[in-house]
Amino acid sequence: MSERLVIVGNGMAPGRMLERLFEQEPDRYEVCIFNAEPRVNYDRIMLSPVLAGEKAYEDIIIHGLSWYEEHNVRLHRGEPVVSVDREAGTVTSASGIIEPYDKLVIATGSSPFVLPVPGKNLPGVVTYRDLDDVDAMLAAAGEGGRAVVIGGGLLGLEAAAGLHAQGMHVTVLHLMPTLMERQLDSAAGFLLERSIRERGIDIITEAQTQAVLGTECVEGVLLADGTRLDADLVVMAAGIRPATGLAEAAGLDIARGICVDDAMCTSDPAIYALGECAEHRGICYGLVAPLYEMATVLADRLAGGSACYAGSVTATKLKVTGIDLYSAGDFADGAQREEIVLRDASAGVYKRLVVEDDRLVGAVLYGETADGPWFFDLIRRGEDISAMRETLVFGQAYQGGAFEDPTAAVAALPDDAEICGCNGVCKSRIVNTILEKGLTTLDGVRAHTKASSSCGTCTGLVEQLMTLTLGDGYQAGQVAGMCGCTDLGHDEVRRLIQAKALKSVPEVMQALEWRSSCGCAKCRPALNYYLICDWPDEYADDYQSRFINERAHANIQKDGTFSVVPRMWGGVTSSKELRAIADVVDQFEIPTVKVTGGQRIDLLGIQKEDLPAVWAELGKVGFVSGHAYAKGLRTVKTCVGSDWCRFGTQDSTGFGARIEHFMWGSWTPHKVKMAVSGCPRNCAEATCKDVGVVCIDSGFEIHYAGAAGLEIRGTEVLTTVATEDEALEHIVALVQMYREQGHYLERIYKWAKRVGSETIIAQIVDDAERRRHYFDRFVFSQRFAQVDPWSERAAGRSHQEFTPLATLRAAPQPVPAPRARAAVAGA
Amino acid sequence: MHWLPVGFLKDIPQRGARCIRTPRGRIAVFRTADDHVFALEDRCPHRGGPLSQGIVHGHAVTCPLHNWVIGLESGEALGADEGKVQQYPVRIEDGALLVGFGQVDAETSQETFAA
Repeated sequence: MSERLVIVGNGMAPGRMLERLFEQEPDRYEVCIFNAEPRVNYDRIMLSPVLAGEKAYEDIIIHGLSWYEEHNVRLHRGEPVVSVDREAGTVTSASGIIEPYDKLVIATGSSPFVLPVPGKNLPGVVTYRDLDDVDAMLAAAGEGGRAVVIGGGLLGLEAAAGLHAQGMHVTVLHLMPTLMERQLDSAAGFLLERSIRERGIDIITEAQTQAVLGTECVEGVLLADGTRLDADLVVMAAGIRPATGLAEAAGLDIARGICVDDAMCTSDPAIYALGECAEHRGICYGLVAPLYEMATVLADRLAGGSACYAGSVTATKLKVTGIDLYSAGDFADGAQREEIVLRDASAGVYKRLVVEDDRLVGAVLYGETADGPWFFDLIRRGEDISAMRETLVFGQAYQGGAFEDPTAAVAALPDDAEICGCNGVCKSRIVNTILEKGLTTLDGVRAHTKASSSCGTCTGLVEQLMTLTLGDGYQAGQVAGMCGCTDLGHDEVRRLIQAKALKSVPEVMQALEWRSSCGCAKCRPALNYYLICDWPDEYADDYQSRFINERAHANIQKDGTFSVVPRMWGGVTSSKELRAIADVVDQFEIPTVKVTGGQRIDLLGIQKEDLPAVWAELGKVGFVSGHAYAKGLRTVKTCVGSDWCRFGTQDSTGFGARIEHFMWGSWTPHKVKMAVSGCPRNCAEATCKDVGVVCIDSGFEIHYAGAAGLEIRGTEVLTTVATEDEALEHIVALVQMYREQGHYLERIYKWAKRVGSETIIAQIVDDAERRRHYFDRFVFSQRFAQVDPWSERAAGRSHQEFTPLATLRAAPQPVPAPRARAAVAGA
Repeated sequence: MHWLPVGFLKDIPQRGARCIRTPRGRIAVFRTADDHVFALEDRCPHRGGPLSQGIVHGHAVTCPLHNWVIGLESGEALGADEGKVQQYPVRIEDGALLVGFGQVDAETSQETFAA
């Protein structure tokens, strides 16, 4: 007599398991299946195409009724199992059907996670798990209107795309800052977000759902920040939970899922668990590939074999038409890991491979996913990839026959091969132009052929062509890259930010094909500055890309404390200000008070936690930040001028304060220090400043490009003007020109040396219209820059920056030789 | 091992860090762009700089004092520099952060959240 095998659940995993079992042991078991859904086994992965209207239910059936008959399987449809009696060896269904078993397989799958918010049970709130959900969504979509999808993971985005295709206006709410953060790194998440937005689907990230609104049925969704979204349909797609209720009631071991060993066996030797409800070595899987691997192992075990399940490496593909996205394996950064990043901005391609010990361990592909399965195979086989490392990222087609000499690859290209895609320039055109015109520089080639003059990504190829054509006559790589993340120099990056209208750090990194996924401490602050300078009204300052001084608005000292320098306009103070400083020094027990070289007072040794309170006190008498920490306007040093000095020719103190009031808060490539002296005796030392003014009887002599630090340089004279207004316009225009052209961390004197004083004088002195434009752009950007950061923080902004995460009263000891690493677990 | 709760993942900005004060000194808790969390002693092996104040990039932090780059997974200085920082294991449970310690004085193991 054959053994009785009872299966609870009729999803894809048990379906696959039975196929494998029948191949090995067609007659060993008498099989009975309970299915909570009134259906046969269908391909749940294809629900999204059904929702999008690309497929019908009939298209996604895996096993029709005839399959069950053929294999003598008894299928109870629409019969959820409510209890397992392990002593008697029976299961009981909701309508009272009792089936005895010798072996039981629990494959109850998972349940959608429904946010525990008010209104979650209103009609019009659906999950996205089975065909009933899809039917409910299609019915709602038929009436048009607005849908809100909660969850920006795989399921949520597929649901959103499907509803959008059905004509609904869709908004996706996602708790995390980037979409699909479990499968994608942030660069790919950014690309995905952009292309989904381009389809007309709204996305709100870092959105915390507070309530579903409505009385009779769904009317909207309320977010924690007070945002209210209208909705006729709300889809909960915030994750899944293994359905363990039945197993738990039966007394089996449960963690997140039903615990199974490598044989897929639960804590009861007669009961197995399979699929999304099972937890193997601490992991619950939600993708089909590992479930099929489990199914194969379990089939072998039921057939009397000894196969073992050792866990799975998983791969994900987003099933939204027109978006190619693939991720596999483990793609987190790591000290022992190296990454290979390929970005092709014009084609919208991003590929990131993670290599550890010469083995591929993870891959994220966007825009071009054809090689996904090949990479996935390399990951699973753990093959040594060192031999093909150089070309690995280009995919399978590029393997074998790699060129030893990089120019050989270019030499092998046909004459009509396109080198510069932006300007349609082929190889022969570049080579011929180099020879005809006798070009020896990259700029020359750019000027004559336009190759590499737009997006710049073919620069490497053009340089190789030059080396090939000119031999030793061409020295490539004269422009140093900004940092190890890119070969592009600062000028190129600044030019391309403008030309391509790039408006965020990830966008720059993608469009300019950064080699690292998240930049480094050199390029991130530079990019953040360039974006602030170029898009003052649109760019959102990325504080995590700022050096600590600009993040905390104070200067870090060697012991980790901070120093605070309030602004003293033109170096002038008062008894009221000095009293306030004295009181703050006493109240916060500030150890050192020092007069600075820039005519202000430095309070040193302040604990970071005290900064907002110190600022609040200082703010009471009107003190604002002195930006002594900023790559921005620092001080305008002055002498007492015509107010007091018997030699003074102009009101140098008043003009210095006026400049400072006009220009404070502006960010610049490096710090900017200024001074105004009331006569040529120059007591304010204006002739060694970034910008200085020396007042004379007939007006104002404007100086620039001085230095008195690592290098000592006297200033050059820009020009002499008659009035304060003219002087201010020249100074502001000069600084704006420097803001727009300077390399990050390049002082004015270095910038001036690089671009030449003739150019600067031509633009600022000789060309009044141009000067006015520089001036106007500065004034525009000040509208967004002149916000006192101290009063904002004293009022509570960024309070997390200034408070410890926690304070432990205990004196805990470190664990000997720990491995300090954790990943986000759970849905 | 003793796991002490120290706060929540959401309280640390991505590509950022916060510190935990303990009587033995500060511990820096880092959150990377891909939401991995690491806890290290908040002292650069070079001159004791507060690593929690540095710029976080990839799985590394650049010390704010002299630009040493410390690998968050190994606690070791990367590049040409040599040195290592004490590491602490971190667990994330439903968004809550737990840091693992060896010995904890039982009578005073009361922890508070300051944030």
